[in-house]
Amino acid sequence: MKITIASGKGGTGKATIATNLAYVAAQSGKEVAYIDCDVEEPNGHLFLHPTLTSQKTISIPVPKVDEAKCIHCQRCAQVCRFSAIVCVGQTVLVNPQMCHGCGGCTLVCPSGAIEEENWPIGVVDSGVSGAIDFARGVLKIGVAISPPLIRAVKSVPASAEIVFVDAPPGTSCPVVETVRESDYVVLVTEPTPFGLNDLKLAVEMVKVLERPMGIIVNRADTGNEDVFDYCRERNIPVLGKIVDDRAVAEAYSRGELISRAIPKYAENFQIILKRIFDEALLAGKEIAL
Amino acid sequence: MKELVVISGKGGTGKTSLVASLAALARDQVVLADCDVDAADLHLVLEPKINEATDFSGGSLAVIDAAKCIGCMKCQNICRFSAISLKGPANDFVRKTCRVDSIACEGCGVCLEVCPIGAVDMKPSINGQWFASETRFGPMVHAKLGIAEENSGKLVSLVRSKARELAESQKKELLLIDGSPGIGCPVIASVTGADLVLIVSEPTVSGLHDMERVAGLTRHFNVPTMVCVNKWDINASVSGQIEETVKKNSLFFAGRIRYDRTVTQAMIHRQAVVEFTRNGLARDIETVWKNIEHYLNR
Repeated sequence: MKITIASGKGGTGKATIATNLAYVAAQSGKEVAYIDCDVEEPNGHLFLHPTLTSQKTISIPVPKVDEAKCIHCQRCAQVCRFSAIVCVGQTVLVNPQMCHGCGGCTLVCPSGAIEEENWPIGVVDSGVSGAIDFARGVLKIGVAISPPLIRAVKSVPASAEIVFVDAPPGTSCPVVETVRESDYVVLVTEPTPFGLNDLKLAVEMVKVLERPMGIIVNRADTGNEDVFDYCRERNIPVLGKIVDDRAVAEAYSRGELISRAIPKYAENFQIILKRIFDEALLAGKEIAL
Repeated sequence: MKELVVISGKGGTGKTSLVASLAALARDQVVLADCDVDAADLHLVLEPKINEATDFSGGSLAVIDAAKCIGCMKCQNICRFSAISLKGPANDFVRKTCRVDSIACEGCGVCLEVCPIGAVDMKPSINGQWFASETRFGPMVHAKLGIAEENSGKLVSLVRSKARELAESQKKELLLIDGSPGIGCPVIASVTGADLVLIVSEPTVSGLHDMERVAGLTRHFNVPTMVCVNKWDINASVSGQIEETVKKNSLFFAGRIRYDRTVTQAMIHRQAVVEFTRNGLARDIETVWKNIEHYLNR
């Protein structure tokens, strides 16, 4: 079962919740994997402290032009919709930053002057954290396009029965890529105007992707009641709440797993995990019917 | 006119709340741009009056004419984004036709190149909307990316250039940009060529880690960078490490802002922190603003 932890707004506690759920699930004897798809700013390793055992470079195919074979017909530049290949006089310039790796230029070149070469966009690290299988993607600094790297992280073979996927913030392409094949989506929010506004965007995105979802409210005793009213109106289950506790913020700031540092939170996460399983199973049955 | 971009690497460090306060402090001399088009929040505090709303199309989408398709699957085989499947309805020739998954489609048009019977058409995709508005602190340009849409980088570039035009035509001194979290395409589109980036960090292991990555990005694109630490007293020791990192990398330090729940209260009252309170928190923010002004005017 693949459970993705996402949020519209950043900094609501996705990584905290994903790592702690993975930890308490592993404690209860389940085979667990944790996958960090927030490849721009991966943080899970700061709390799970994994031993990394392998690293794989991920590349996208970008065009490489053999000037000797080029007949300057400009077909490549005409077919490219991303301005990644342009013809200036007798020279063809390639900008890998803009390239989506669609292969259009190679396809249309009549003289076979274009080959593809690999352009690295980041790495996938994998390893273990205690009983938890761990993987993360790390985007190379300066690279704009992350979805191909996210696809690579997601495809790390996991034998685990439960896979927790940590998503990037927001609602655009990197998040869609992360969320699209989940069995269940957990949206993390906080009960503030910013939290509610971004939660609504995230809920709409998950609806477009037709995934079942529930909500965890972090720092639940700050702000106001609007988030809870919204969940009630839209009939979205509140899977659990975490209170605003300075002890939690401080343990987090040091890179500690709060379930390990403060035992009462292990209990809190166990209860939330059970609720997620119940909801996910229910949603799974509804889909099967 | 100077262009200041506020980013953070890590989400939720307080970018937008700080931008609202900086806008209040720069009142009448500022044009605002919300470049967090993916999850825009600045409008919740500034309550802009929208003067103009315009559709945004950053690319195109493939559409297959189910009446013409002969189900040869050449498009499906060539598509690198797994965006085409044999799930379309039957027609006069075949029982199943090819169909495009509009969420997976990146609009490259390669399917159109290979289709032997011209059943593929490229249609402009509406990816969102952008707005030119007025707020109590000055004009603002902002946007809304459509649900599960792409091309956020292009929308960010558009918002930025429209805001720049406004700032120049109205002779404002400052273009203040609220950026998005991360280091990917919308962030790159918002920082390149700016006069100054302000990174809002927080004193946590993840705040430090993410600040280092995003500072690497501004170094990569050669943009002068300042760093401030929000909620610094949550962990004074990590705060110290952030200041060390700032020094070591020859960045500029803009100041410390204390942890105070008043921030949430101000947000609920739709006010910038410096409008809502005159307490120590507000003074911390004023110090950060003075340091930024000092840098921009030197």
